[in-house]
Formats: sequence, C-alpha cells, structure tokens
Amino acid sequence: MKTRYSYGGDEHIFVEYDEEMSLEAFFKSLSMATAIKKAKIKGVTEICPANASMQVKFDPDVIKPSDMMKELKAIEKAAAKAKPVIKSRIIEIPVLYNDPWTHETLMRFRERHQDPKSTDIEYTARINNLDGVDGFIKAHSGAPWFVSMVGFVAGLPFLYQMVDRKRQIQSPKYLRPRTDTPKLTVGHGGCFGCIYSVRGAGGYQMFGITPVPIYDPNQKIKHLKDFMCLFRPGDIVKWKPIDRAEYDATVAAVEKGKFKLKMKDVTFDLSEFKKDMDGYNAKLMGALNGN
Amino acid sequence: MAINVIKPGLSTTVQDLGRPGYYNIGIPLSGGMDRLALKAANLLVGNKEGAAVLEAVFMGPELKFTEDATVAVTGAELPPRVDGEPRETWTSLKVKKGQVLSFDFLKKGARAYIAVSGGIDVPVVLGSRSTYTLGALGGFKGRKLEEGDKLPVGKGRGTKEGRSIPEKLRRAPGAPAELRMLPGLYWHRITADAGKHFFEDTWKVAPEADRIGYRFRGGRPLEFVPREQPFGAGSDPSNIVDACYPYGSIQVPGGTEPIVLHRDAVSGGGYFMVGTVISADMDLIGQLQPHTTACFVEVTMAQALKARKDQAKLYDKLKASF
Repeated sequence: MKTRYSYGGDEHIFVEYDEEMSLEAFFKSLSMATAIKKAKIKGVTEICPANASMQVKFDPDVIKPSDMMKELKAIEKAAAKAKPVIKSRIIEIPVLYNDPWTHETLMRFRERHQDPKSTDIEYTARINNLDGVDGFIKAHSGAPWFVSMVGFVAGLPFLYQMVDRKRQIQSPKYLRPRTDTPKLTVGHGGCFGCIYSVRGAGGYQMFGITPVPIYDPNQKIKHLKDFMCLFRPGDIVKWKPIDRAEYDATVAAVEKGKFKLKMKDVTFDLSEFKKDMDGYNAKLMGALNGN
Repeated sequence: MAINVIKPGLSTTVQDLGRPGYYNIGIPLSGGMDRLALKAANLLVGNKEGAAVLEAVFMGPELKFTEDATVAVTGAELPPRVDGEPRETWTSLKVKKGQVLSFDFLKKGARAYIAVSGGIDVPVVLGSRSTYTLGALGGFKGRKLEEGDKLPVGKGRGTKEGRSIPEKLRRAPGAPAELRMLPGLYWHRITADAGKHFFEDTWKVAPEADRIGYRFRGGRPLEFVPREQPFGAGSDPSNIVDACYPYGSIQVPGGTEPIVLHRDAVSGGGYFMVGTVISADMDLIGQLQPHTTACFVEVTMAQALKARKDQAKLYDKLKASF
C-alpha cells in the first residue's frame, strides 16, 4: 500500500491509499478523514472518505494548496497509528431478487450489456462459478456487507462483501451506462454492491430491489426522521431474501409508517474479523437477531 | 409576495451559492453554475450576493408578479420583456404588480440568472435554497419549475431602474472556449502521446450537458498505459476502485468522451480522471451551449491561483461599479 497525493484543481486534494480495494485501505481513508476533521484546519469545506481513497475540498483564498498538502501529509503520520476499529451498526435490508422492475429495465438496456442473452443475475452467477440464480442468491445474501463509501448520489452505499477475496462476487459494469435505474435497485460493479437511493443513470449490474427507503429528503419516513440518509461509512448490511408478498407488505408498512428497521449497534474490529471471517460474521448475525 | 409561473421554461430552478458540507454522503454543492452572473444579478436588485435566484437554461420562463419588484437578468443573453416591452439584460428593471415578465429567444450563452428584490424565499434545506433535482432536495419542492407554481418572494426594498453592469465586466466564454485544467488524479493512466493529443484536439460540447456534468466529443480516444486491473476496480482500463470526484474533475469513461463534473456532480464513482478544470473557469462552462467548440489548456497551480485572483478582482470591480 503506497499513499499517493494529487491536487484536484486548485480547490481539492485527492489522496489514494491503495489502487486496489481492501478493508485496510478503507480504514486508512476513514482514520485520515476523522483526523482531518479533528484538526479543524481553516479553509476546509468538505472531507470525503471513499473506498480506498479520500478527498478534501478547501478554499485556496484561506489556505494555500501547498500548505494544505503539508497539513495532510503531517496528519497521515498520526492517523496511521489509529486502530482499525469502528462503532458500527448492523442493518437488515430485505431484497426481492429478480424483481419485475429491474427486470423490465435490464431488458430495455440489453444491448448495453456484456451478455444480452442472459439476465444480470444469470450472467454474474456464471462468471463467478455460482450455481444459477439460486446459488447466486445464496452467495449474495449469505454473508454481511460493509459500507465502505457513501456517495455517487445522495445516500447511496457502496458495499464490500465480508468474505475471503476468492469468494467475493465480481462483475463488470455495463458496457455503456444505462440512462435509467429503478429507485432502490440492489446493484453490483467491480467488487462493490450498492443500493441506488434515487432513480437515475447507472452502470452497475441489477440483481433486485429493496422495499426499504434509504433516502428521504422530506424526512417523513420513520427511520429517516433524524437524517435524510440512512447509511454512513462503517455500517454493515445483511441482505434478507424476500418474496413478492413480503415485498408488497413491507412497501405498505413503510407507507403507513409501521415499518421498523431491524438494526443493532455493534463494534467492528478489522483484526478480529480477519482472524476468522465466518466466525466473526456469525457473531454479528447473533447481535442482529438478538441471540 | 409571490410570483405565478405561467410558463416554466425548459429547466428553471431556484439556486443560490450552494450547499457545502454534504458531499461526503453524495449530496453535491448545487447552486448557480455561473456564480459571477448570479451574484451580479443579486447586486443589481439590492439583494445580498448569495440570495436565491432563478437559473433558466436556454429558454426563459413567463412569470406574473403579484407585487411590485425590481428584477435583473444576467448571465446568458436572454432578453427580458415586461408586458411585452423589451428591456435590457444586466440592468435593473421594475416589474409592477400584475405585470408579466417574459423572455425572447436565447442570443448567447446557456444560463440566465433572474434575480428578484427580496430573493426567492423557498425553505432553506441543509443550509441552502438551491435545487438538487436528482435528489429532489431544496429549491421549489425539489424540482424544476412547473406551470401553476406560486414562488414565494422575500421582502426587499429593491433599487431604482436602470442600474447596469458595464459590458467589460461581463465574462463570457471565447470561441473555442478555453478550459484551463490542472493535470493530475489518474493522469498517469494514459500514454504520453494520449496526454499530448488531449490538449491538441478540439472538442465539442455534447447534447448531454447539464448541471451534473458537461460531456465533450470529437477528440481522439485516449490510449491507456497497460496494467493488470487492481482488485475491485472492474475490467475496463478506464475503471478505478470507486473514488471521490472533485468538482471540475474530467473523467473519460472508456477513454472516449471527457465529462467535466459541475455543481450537481455525482460525488464519486469508478471512472478514472485526467485532471480538474480550475475554479476560475467553472463559471464559463455553465454558459456553453451544446455543439460549442472547446479545448483544454494545461496550466500550473501558480497559474490556476493567479486566474482565481483575477476572477476575484473582476468581481471587486463589478461591486465597485455601483
């Protein structure tokens, strides 16, 4: 892992911790973001941690870019000592896989896909050596996923599968991005899963849809009353496969204000997780289910 | 008071100077794309420079006023009319109760800023009145104006008619538009030859040009330095592990068509970027029409900061002209 600094014009500094994705790179990015926030450097207007990199936006009339660069490099040394431990929440997100809405959309944009003859799930199952749609759903929903970045559009979580690299699902993005993606689509690109928080353009494979809103600018939905976006970096997501009846019932419950998000506070410790991933995940599931 | 929207125009939104502080969760700055024009419009009608105004793209709205107000139209050359009578742009004008403000066809530029004394008084959301349409946030009900909307307007004393900004202080893009940029970010992903022709080639603004980003077409495709793709990035050579996108950053999906992100930017994603347009030239992008020719010009950080100072001086002169 080698840190690389670059100016993004005269108002940004971009810092890449690693070219490839890992939870180690994520924790470096997060601990830097936290340290920069604490340092309260004058002129900083945005601090954005990402998967394996981060970015700071600043006002060059207040602090010279070269001074900003010096500040960040000094902070990196101190931040490197931070332990990869985070106060986190495990959140259950129900998914209707192979739903009619993403299916309609993926058929509409078939000519932009690597394999126009199969669906996104069938294609991804095949290139990952999974046993068809059922095998795919089992692999996708079997282990939890780690929120390693929030962004692209308002409140969209990037999700990193919490299994050995060789078991992680990988899939390319569409050959050309779609101009449409249903709201709350569960997607995948590279090694990252995501939930599209709003309807719009997108290039990730589409696997299903969740009935649980994750962004509400009006803050009317129960679990979004405190803040309009549900996810923050470090959260953990557990997919729960559901059928159409449960999907419809959940949508109705959300509308009536009766849906209660299943969520528990947990602490995530990267070193412990790496010692025994499946065992660690089992403990997380225990916390979620109250065992 | 209120303004009744008779015709909304093509895409008219409420904008102020934006909503910093939420890019880390994917909520962009938003705000006027041509900030100098937005501030000028406000000063002309006696508002604070960052009051909320209307940003009209390519085509003006038709607005009926329910009280007397001072109005100014800056930015693109979109000549206003009051009850059908032609008026000047970049000049304060009076609109009386019951009168209708309408617009001629666009003559130059892309975005006009319509300031009203007292400012457009929509609710402040996360510190700003700006509209972020993709997230249905802020502005008037989180969307562009529609026929029948009643826009709330704040209290303002207004100014006298005929206040004007001298022509030499109105900044507009040249032909071709020169976008100065600082190479960086993932510049090392392309070959030296590709880096050379990126600056040599003339580009054209594509029809896909909006508040999120401006796409350019017509230059030669960029060749990549060969590498084994890093884990998690995706298989295309233009893919990276999803990272943050600076405002003004230039991504080139597939190496073919550069996209410069603007005020409603997507905050991050998986395409490599060759560098960033300098802050002093961001206003100009908002005034580029589709099919306009443009080229990218390499500058150093020192030059970028000098350009930023010059831009600030221009605004100081503009303020002093009153």
